[in-house]
Amino acid sequence: MKNGSAKPLVAMSGIDKIFFGAYANKGVDFDLAAGEIHALLGENGAGKTTLMNVLSGIYAPDAGTVRVEGREVRFRSPRDAIAAGIGMVHQHFMLIPVLSVWENMILSMRGIPFVTDKRGTTERIRELSERYSLAVDPEAMVWTLSIGECQRVEILKMLYRGTKVLILDEPTSVLTPQEVRVFFDALRKVTGAGHGIVIISHKIEEILSIAGRMTILRKGERVATVNAAGATRETLARMMVGRALKNVEKTGEPRSHGVVLSCRGLSVHNDRGARALDDVGFDLREGEILGLAGVAGNAQDELCEALAGLRPLDAGRIILKGKDITGFSPREFINLGMSYIPADRKGTGLVSNMSVMENAALKSYWKKPAAERKFLINWQYVADMTQRLIAAFDVQTQSSDVPVRNLSGGNMQKLMLARELSGKPSVILAMHPVWGLDVGATEFVRERLLEERARGAGILMISEDLDEMLLMADRIMVISRGRIMGIIDEPKSVSKERIGLMMAGTPMDGWRVGEVAV
Amino acid sequence: MDVLIPILAAAVRSGTPVAYAVMGEILAERSGVMNLGLEGLMLFGAFAGFSATRFTGSPELGLAAAFAAGALVTLIHAFLCVTLGGNQTVSGLALAMFGGGMSAMLGRNHIGETIKGLMPFDFPVLCRIPLIGPVFFRHDVMVYISFLLVFSLSFFIFRTRPGINLRAVGENPRAADAMGISVSRVRYLYTLAGGGLAGLAGGYLSVVYSQMWVEGMTAGRGWIAVALVIFGIWRPLRAMFGCYLFGGIDALQLRMQAAGTSIPAPILLMLPYLMTLGVLVFISIRSKSGILLGAPASLGAPFRREERE
Repeated sequence: MKNGSAKPLVAMSGIDKIFFGAYANKGVDFDLAAGEIHALLGENGAGKTTLMNVLSGIYAPDAGTVRVEGREVRFRSPRDAIAAGIGMVHQHFMLIPVLSVWENMILSMRGIPFVTDKRGTTERIRELSERYSLAVDPEAMVWTLSIGECQRVEILKMLYRGTKVLILDEPTSVLTPQEVRVFFDALRKVTGAGHGIVIISHKIEEILSIAGRMTILRKGERVATVNAAGATRETLARMMVGRALKNVEKTGEPRSHGVVLSCRGLSVHNDRGARALDDVGFDLREGEILGLAGVAGNAQDELCEALAGLRPLDAGRIILKGKDITGFSPREFINLGMSYIPADRKGTGLVSNMSVMENAALKSYWKKPAAERKFLINWQYVADMTQRLIAAFDVQTQSSDVPVRNLSGGNMQKLMLARELSGKPSVILAMHPVWGLDVGATEFVRERLLEERARGAGILMISEDLDEMLLMADRIMVISRGRIMGIIDEPKSVSKERIGLMMAGTPMDGWRVGEVAV
Repeated sequence: MDVLIPILAAAVRSGTPVAYAVMGEILAERSGVMNLGLEGLMLFGAFAGFSATRFTGSPELGLAAAFAAGALVTLIHAFLCVTLGGNQTVSGLALAMFGGGMSAMLGRNHIGETIKGLMPFDFPVLCRIPLIGPVFFRHDVMVYISFLLVFSLSFFIFRTRPGINLRAVGENPRAADAMGISVSRVRYLYTLAGGGLAGLAGGYLSVVYSQMWVEGMTAGRGWIAVALVIFGIWRPLRAMFGCYLFGGIDALQLRMQAAGTSIPAPILLMLPYLMTLGVLVFISIRSKSGILLGAPASLGAPFRREERE
């Protein structure tokens, strides 16, 4: 312990974890004191989550010791870790959607009545929820909750079980800036009650505002542990990435000659059968990045699916390079130069169980030169192409034959981007292109998109991050409840608050809802 | 009404063996393990039940043997699917064929033999309720136990602590594991219990329903049970209704055969199965998206902790 006060809540030393002969963690030391927020910083694949999976009993370490309150422990399963007071909130929430909030809370608990006690449980949840300002409805079904609510349920679930050490894996990646502030206040209440919190993150600014200490990991090894006081963005970033950061900068005006994609009067239903997109019309120009701003769940997904040809239109037309492609099949959309980077990498974007090579060929295998005669695939060509894409986009993978599910999130994103951009598309639908990516990967992805912009592609970029919008977009269109609230030609001339109002459903001055955004 | 009551009573009797198999499969599938081997397990149970009754003279012991046989054979399935993470469909189909062949071979000596099985008795008091009494309460004890089983399973799955854990394992084993539930223990337990109930279902057929051994005597009821689990959207009460519907058509066609209609017997024999198919088509069309509503999300998927998704 640095401050030498009490015994640390947790002390890990010399942790090794090896996957398929490669070190995910190598000789890592880490400790956590009561009442402290300790951040684990690092790029994707740096071994942050692996280290915390060891602490939470999901992985068994190959070497090293874990001590909880001074006693050495060997967790054989998460149950042991939970019993020792260690609870982890994973990036992909570990909740059961078909169960209610209170049922999720008592999952796997022992020593509670055989027949569940709904009233008592919900009462205790409400109490905790108030004490830590983590608002949830204990009786709601989990599948009806927003992502932010799910996260609060996860944290309450751990507190409900008397967790002393709370591990949060990338907790802010699902929150808006306003929500992050509220969330951090709640975390301070939790540490105020004597709990220790570990935050896994790659967002340096946020971490500087919440953590007391931070440990930086790179390639499975600990680089340093530093106090937040005195640490700067630059030094931390250098420790994370191993080099100084470039600043991604947009140069040149958009080459706004012509309209590459235009749609009029688009209306579609969502999966539950309700009207999602309502009379949306806009033009996307060559060589521009058009940002689509909005709070998550305001029909951004449905709009992109409609534009990728995946979702049937109730009304409206889609015109790509002057050609009316309404009602064409998704493959025809692809052949005509529509590229789609979905938010859901593992589901829509890539096939997890198929190899890197097969995924790389997913959008070209039916075309020459990947296709041979009528039914055959030229695997030699595909293998060469995959090698080129892997090299050009710096995809970290053992080989091009491993299933995509073995890749880290950042590398999946790079692979998908490599595939989507390799065909020189005319239109790129980019949903949350840097979601969950670390500093280095974010920089890389943004540069590639800007290159595409310079080449003349029209890019529709969907993001909930206004800073990203202002950095990247030439124009910003705002969507709320499936309707366009206006389009801003000079993003720098408008305040974030003004955009926030539009996101909340107030149309831009002089904007008539249903108007075509050109 | 007088015509209807015997048919309804026969529906309950004929639906009961299917109901045992269905309840077992609901348990197994709720934990995420699909067991397509019900047909084979029922045959094993039918053979074991008949054989044990024949040797011990006790139908109760026979039924216990049927349960044990079903659970024991299911151990193969559980080992393959839970421990080794194998393909549940293949393993289940193999079990179905294994049960058919093996029971036929073992049962050769029992052909033509008879046993004294369980006899029906009027359930005190309840049997006197008009309509309900004669339909539901003038059967053997296994029918009464099946009522109890359905209601207690329904309560167990939705209202108890282990029931919540069971549903969690079938929905999201990764999350259940992270919460400290032993996924493999839960899956073993309920898959074996399910296999046991399938065995018992077969035992009911040979020890109580027909009181003799006939090769392949389940006549596809195991497959019907798999379908009825879907019909019941993995809920015991709804599935029970499906069982009685199947039993009702079965009873009806038997009566039509006995009454000597001009419809050929093979066509009549098909009716219960056609009805089940029809119902499945109907509910699949109704859930438009093609997603079977209520199916445990991880049904059929093996779980390994240290593997990335």
